[in-house]
Formats: sequence, C-alpha cells, structure tokens
Amino acid sequence: MKIGVLALQGDFEEHISVLTKLGADASEVRLPEQLDDLDGLIIPGGESTTIARLLARWQLLSPIRRRALEGMAVWGTCAGAILLAERATGLDREGLRLMDIAVERNAYGRQVDSFEAELSVPAFGSRPFHAVFIRAPRISEIGAKAKPLARLAGGAVVAAQQDQLLVTAFHPELTEDARFHQHFLELAAASPPATIRETESQAATGARRPA
Amino acid sequence: MPAKDGNGASQASETGTWKVKTGLAQMLKGGVIMDVVTPEHAKIAEEAGACAVMALERVPADIRADGGVARMSDPEVISRIIDTVTIPVMAKCRIGHLVEAQVLEALGVDYIDESEVLTPADEEHHVNKHPFKVPFVCGCRNLGEALRRIGEGAAMMRTKGEAGTGNIVEAVRHMRAVWDGIRRLQTMPEEELMAEAKELGAPLELVRETRSLGRLPVVNYAAGGVATPADAALMMQLGADGVFIGSGIFKSEDPAPRAHAVVQAVTHFQDPKIIAEVSRGLGEPMRGLELSQIPEEELLAKRGW
Repeated sequence: MKIGVLALQGDFEEHISVLTKLGADASEVRLPEQLDDLDGLIIPGGESTTIARLLARWQLLSPIRRRALEGMAVWGTCAGAILLAERATGLDREGLRLMDIAVERNAYGRQVDSFEAELSVPAFGSRPFHAVFIRAPRISEIGAKAKPLARLAGGAVVAAQQDQLLVTAFHPELTEDARFHQHFLELAAASPPATIRETESQAATGARRPA
Repeated sequence: MPAKDGNGASQASETGTWKVKTGLAQMLKGGVIMDVVTPEHAKIAEEAGACAVMALERVPADIRADGGVARMSDPEVISRIIDTVTIPVMAKCRIGHLVEAQVLEALGVDYIDESEVLTPADEEHHVNKHPFKVPFVCGCRNLGEALRRIGEGAAMMRTKGEAGTGNIVEAVRHMRAVWDGIRRLQTMPEEELMAEAKELGAPLELVRETRSLGRLPVVNYAAGGVATPADAALMMQLGADGVFIGSGIFKSEDPAPRAHAVVQAVTHFQDPKIIAEVSRGLGEPMRGLELSQIPEEELLAKRGW
C-alpha cells in the first residue's frame, strides 16, 4: 500500500518511520505529481500557517481535494487537522476544507500549556491511548457528516472521522502506540485502489490504457 | 501537574514534559526560524512562511557592529511580537542567566535560546534547563558540546556557526563535526564508549542513545551565517533538521522576497531546479564578513562551555 506524507514542513519523517515499521510503502510528497499513485495521504504536524502557504505556492490544494473526493484516505495530525477542517479559526490562509468540523488554532494555550494525556478511543477497545498535544488545536464542532473517535477524560473530542478522512489534534507519530496509524492503513486499504482510479481517469480523457 | 485549559483536558494531563519539549522542535522540522526585532518584521516573517520567529533587540550583525553587552530583549518588544503573530515565538537569554530565562518563561515565549550571540552571564555554567516548563535550544560546534547541552536539558540544538557574518563556513564546519562525531560512535565497539564519553565530555547515556539512533536525540537546526536560499539548502543537505536565519533576512536589500525564497529552498532542498527558480532576482544579500577579518576575541562561537 502506498501512503504519502506531505513533506512541505513538519514531522513527516516521524510518520514515515511508523508507516515503514507497519510495512507500508511510505513516500514524501512535495509536488502535485507525487500524489498520483497514493492510497492515502498524511498531513503531519508542523506549523499550519507555513504548510498552508506552501500548499498554495506548490499548487497542491486542488489536487489533494480532488483525490480525497475520489476516495483517497487522508489523515491530518494537529496542523494537518487544522488544514482538513471545513472551518478553522486563526488560520489566515485557505485550507483543504474537506471535513465537516470546526477547529480553533492554539486553543489550549502556548507551549508551556502543551500536555500529555490518556484518551479513550472506544473503536480501539478499552486500553487508553497515550497522546501528546503540542500547541494543539481544539476541535470545537463536529458536523453531521463527521463522528467523534477519541476523547479526553473531560469529554472533549480530540479525534474525528468522516468516511475515509481522519483528524487527530494530537501526535500519534510521537509515541510508540501505532493503533492510529494501523487504523489509517485500514481506511486506505478500503479506499478505491489508485490504479483503478488512474485507469478510469485515463479512459475518461481518452488516453491509452496501460498494456 | 494538571493542565489549566478549561477545555476538558483531564486532571491526569501533564505539562512541561520532555516529550512536549522535544515534540515542539519536531514540529519545527523542515522549517525556517527567522530573527526579528519588531512586530513588523515578525509579520513579514510569518507572511513569508517562517515556522517560528526569534524575537531579539538587535540582529547579530548589529550586535557585532555595536559592541557592548548584549542582553535579553526588552519584555515589551517580546510581548508585542507574541501578540502580533500566531506562530511560535522564541527569545534569547544570556548563557547561564537563569533569571533572564525565568523572565522569558513568564512572558510566555514558546522556546528559549540560551545563546552565545548575547554576552555570557556565566563563564563556567549554562542554565539548568530541566526545571523549566518552557523548552530550550542551545548552540553547538561538535557532538560533545551538543550532548552536554542536552544533558543540561536542551530539547533542541543548533549549530553555532558564526552569527552576524553572512558567512556559512562555520555552520558547515559545525554541522559536519556533529555528524562526524555520530558516525565515529557508530563504528565503535561497545567497550570504547566510556572512554569516548570522557573524551567528548558528554554523559555516557546520551552517547549510547546517539549511537543507537544514528543522530542527535533532539532536533538539530543549522544557524550562524545563512544568507541565501542556497546556503539554507546546503545546511539541509548536510543533515540539518531546519534553518535559523538571523541577519541574513533583515540585513539584505529586500527582506520579504528573500525570506519567502529561503522557506521554499528549505522545503525543496534536494531540488536544484527549484532552488534556482526561487533564487532569481532577490537583490543584494547581506554584505558578509570574511572570518579572518574578525579578531579572535570577537568570535561568538567560542562562547559556551
């Protein structure tokens, strides 16, 4: 399975390292053509303002949107979650606006307020998930199309899913527990294979099918 | 300690941990951190795509030119910069000046640079960085110095280079020295590590960890002398996790386009065609200094122990 990790800025190497351990074929994505044969894309942690500018500069917004609408799995961690949200308070640039959620940037405070906490993730069973929140965004609204996936002990939703789209306000790539990465690989496996989509789009444009 | 957030973070949540300190540096990877002296500069840096800014009173080139004692910036300036941008704000304290560090933490900066660019407050000891909730970045010239700083609690490293010169030669020397030290550890049999730790002046545990990771245990940026997009990409190709740029932006002819170009060059550091494209027509870079023109006692990289 081919999983791309957006490598414009942020902790993409950490994601690639977890994916590789899980046996996925992980690659760095900096330009639109690197999206072509992916089954899934991870938008890593980093600075959302920086990544948003680079997404626009390298003309990645519409190709990622198009691939996601065709069914490619996409997961945003922290900055990535901000970029996937339909509504993002405090982001001064256009994001991908793919998920029916609202997020608030830096809502938990500055770096001295960054924290670690145990989460309950009913979909993963009773064992809590140890999560690292760094200048984290708050998921302030879950729309009708999205559903909560993980909560802090106080009840706040910190991960959500909408079909094959996933957001986490924290960083599973910074801990040893790979259950979120495993979950994402399952979503990517269930999405329509990239090769079929490619053939279809070539057929649609009249291009010759590969032999 | 419980997180004070009112957003439902549980009683069990913990702040100021090693994980969240080193974690913020990991979020800054592949990015550019720019020195700024005013809120206007900070806005230009954020607009250009900087992943953080370093708030200071004078850029290193001016500190070098002005002479005198260089101290922590005016809290007023730092607060105004914090209020102006949404990206992380770093600020510098003098080596060993634990009260400047406490003040910066109280102001809410996101990272403290215990920096040789300012005049040292202690000629033997650095700040004990572990008790702070705010993380620290420190400069290094080689592996031993890096591991000593990490041992004291630095959650991020950078090369020292020679700040305020616009000359990349020292940053290259320091980055190569760090990697040479790491490669040496990796070829060494286990029984030689203790003597090597002694030689490096570094804690054995960190020597072991570095050997098994094949890199520093924390993020390592390049700093000190970056002036062009190609300089920034050079440091990335030499194994930096990101690039600090100080005088190189705001001492150049046209700061905004240069800042933007350096950000693009760090993202696409392995793509010479893109580096060529973004380097076009940026105007004059900062003038720059030949290292041999600088009197020995004015070299900043020598500060730190």
